Amino acid sequence: MNKLIIGRYLPGNSWVHQLDPRTKLLASFYFIAIVFMANTWLSYLVMFAGVMVMIAASRIRIGFFLRGVRPMIWLILFTVGLQIFFTTGGHVYWQWGWLHVTHYGLINGAYIFCRFVLIIFVSTLLTLTTQPLSLADAVESLLRPLRYLHVPVTELALVLQIALRFVPTLMDQTTKIMNAQRARGVDFGTGGLFQQMKAVVPLLIPLFVDSFGIAEDLATAMDARGYRGGDGRSKFRVLAYHSRDWVAGGSMIVLTALLLLTRR
Amino acid sequence: MTQAIEIAHLNYQYPDTPRPALRDVSLSVASGEWVAIIGHNGSGKSTLAKNINGLLAPGSGTVTVGGELLTEESVWDIRAKVGIVFQNPDNQFVGATVADDVAFGLENRGMPRPEMIKRVDSALAAVNMTEFATREPARLSGGQKQRVAIAGIVAQTPDIIILDEATSMLDPAGRQEILSLIRELRAARPLTVVSITHDIDEAALADRIVLLNDGEIVETGTPAEIFRHGEELIDLGLDVPYAGRLKAALAQRGVAVPAAYLDAEGLVDYLWTLHSTM
Amino acid sequence: MDITFDHVSYTYQAGTPFAGEGLQDISVTIHDGSYTAIIGHTGSGKSTLLQHLNALLKPTSGTVTIGDRQITSETSNKNLKPLRQQVGMVFQFAENQLFEQTVARDIAFGPKNFGVPEAKANALAEQMVTLVGLPASVLSQSPFDLSGGQMRRVAIAGVLAMQPSVLVLDEPTAGLDPAGRRDMMQLFAKLHREQHLTVVLVTHQMDDVADYADHVLVMDHGRLVKTGTPREIFADPVWLTANQLGLPKTTQMAMALQRRGFKFAELPLTTSALAAALLPQLPVKAGERDE
Repeated sequence: MNKLIIGRYLPGNSWVHQLDPRTKLLASFYFIAIVFMANTWLSYLVMFAGVMVMIAASRIRIGFFLRGVRPMIWLILFTVGLQIFFTTGGHVYWQWGWLHVTHYGLINGAYIFCRFVLIIFVSTLLTLTTQPLSLADAVESLLRPLRYLHVPVTELALVLQIALRFVPTLMDQTTKIMNAQRARGVDFGTGGLFQQMKAVVPLLIPLFVDSFGIAEDLATAMDARGYRGGDGRSKFRVLAYHSRDWVAGGSMIVLTALLLLTRR
Repeated sequence: MTQAIEIAHLNYQYPDTPRPALRDVSLSVASGEWVAIIGHNGSGKSTLAKNINGLLAPGSGTVTVGGELLTEESVWDIRAKVGIVFQNPDNQFVGATVADDVAFGLENRGMPRPEMIKRVDSALAAVNMTEFATREPARLSGGQKQRVAIAGIVAQTPDIIILDEATSMLDPAGRQEILSLIRELRAARPLTVVSITHDIDEAALADRIVLLNDGEIVETGTPAEIFRHGEELIDLGLDVPYAGRLKAALAQRGVAVPAAYLDAEGLVDYLWTLHSTM
Repeated sequence: MDITFDHVSYTYQAGTPFAGEGLQDISVTIHDGSYTAIIGHTGSGKSTLLQHLNALLKPTSGTVTIGDRQITSETSNKNLKPLRQQVGMVFQFAENQLFEQTVARDIAFGPKNFGVPEAKANALAEQMVTLVGLPASVLSQSPFDLSGGQMRRVAIAGVLAMQPSVLVLDEPTAGLDPAGRRDMMQLFAKLHREQHLTVVLVTHQMDDVADYADHVLVMDHGRLVKTGTPREIFADPVWLTANQLGLPKTTQMAMALQRRGFKFAELPLTTSALAAALLPQLPVKAGERDE
């Protein structure tokens, strides 16, 4: 689990790190959307060049991104395989019953592979350069218009923020309780399904009890510090766009233009 | 002198429990005073703290803070005047980063952002945590988290700070850190402190110690008066001061020792004088 | 049962970009029947070291020998149970591990995992609950209805019920009130004395080190920086203070007395030792000298 790269934050101070999280979130979604418009070798080359520029600007070693692809490799190869064996059209290189490898099939397979890699690179870049908290801020800010539909955006944001803040605490607690139960002779992750489910009980119950304890303490502390709901609260964290965010936005437009020029 | 806290005939019983947690507790704390409340676990100490700022509503009796009677209407006013540092450093850390946590109480009061930034900065400076402003709680020690909790209270410029076993989960270095911080803060401006504790060093800093047993105040006195109990202190929920332990060991071996309480320095002086008579 | 560390190093999340050093080149033996204290400030590697004592962690390099079992980075996770049974571990805030419906079942949980028959495990539960100073009436209660201090005792009973020959304690008295702390430390001392349990104690309380331990390991930044008897460790107050480790209260007092002119052949570690050392230097009421 610790070897998973995607979803982790790598502290830094690069140009990409300093972008407003809303910019990064919107740009990532936008990039992922336009990846699907690429349909020539040249257009994929443009997209790869775009990602490489972003990665260079983040000053994070390319190895991190390649490692991000690794856990997904079987899913990718499976999808690529489907494309190769089931796409018809063009010269047929090989055939066995209803399975065949065609010219178009190979090209489509290669395209799908590129798409996966591009999408993983960009999402990895987003999470490596943006703290989960900043992402939560960005989501809150972007969803703010929903307040007019009486969606309690600020309360939801606080819940999300507190949930994120307690992730490390609960991970820590999970490790501690697992260790304590292993020391009492529990084997996690061995034996049949039933045995494994049984082994989880001594972990889950203490974890629930502990979480309720934390929730109670936290509610008391919030109460003592004058929390009475979202109304009338001011905000300490605010997001602000800077010139580099406009540069980033402009770059996305340039990228789109190049993509349109190079696709069929 | 004005009274910071005035508690009169307070009773409190938790729902579904056989006996009251607090029985007819009356206590007044002068403005600027440091009062330690001691008692073994389950003696009602934390219940008392939670009654002072209305986290629990008195069953009967009254609580007055800074001249204002605690009622459903005044409770938010009073919470702004009374800050509590709780026992578990992790479970009271609301903010995602140090600065966010310090700002939490100010946000609740709807303070304009420029004023908030000023207050957060100066509160962090007051607890020596400025360089940690953007840190996440997972990367802080217990002592540092408690300092942040104190900064959150300092930022609200309260009159009263309650330490509800705030040092009990810290290592000795963290404990020392918090106690010297509270002393520094008191030197800078008048601050009433109510500390609920088992720690002898923390209790010794108080002007007055209140001894609670089974929900009742059984004794009130200066640290010297209370520490005279010697070995009994341990059953009353406090460590025995070292000088007291040594005195008992010497008395057992036939050395004449004074009945009055002596601190470590006092005992050294006394023993040296005794030695000189040989 | 001896536990021996031979050039043990441990790296957290080895092989990832988030790797961190846990232990560096530790070589030491914890002897059968000893009472060993491990001291060092928070983050010095004490907890990492502890987790090697029953193979919850395996060394990245080097060998840990627990009784006749050798644990290296290559050791498989299978068949570690006999070892876990022999090395009982009481974690910090051990009450967090309780989960069963009744106290009796929670205490019997460990033994049953190690293959003790139900009836025998229940008998152990009854025996251990009394040993840790709780009334037998709690056996049928839910552990979650007990006070924090009582829950801690139930958790300790649950580890003792495994009948380990080594008892590892990670700050077992943290958060307890003074009477609770005293009772608990006396319980461990009794187990050590009467049942010859090997005890490994991680603590910040130098008084407990002085009162109970016969061997001390000092950790700093993942390294073992000093080992010796309490007397040897506490003989260097300057070094201890520089490393923010503090001294037993007795030793502090003795140093204050020494500065005043009292003489000590060596700095006493316990209250009774200090009183005994002072006695010849003080006038005593006639006929009362008892030593």
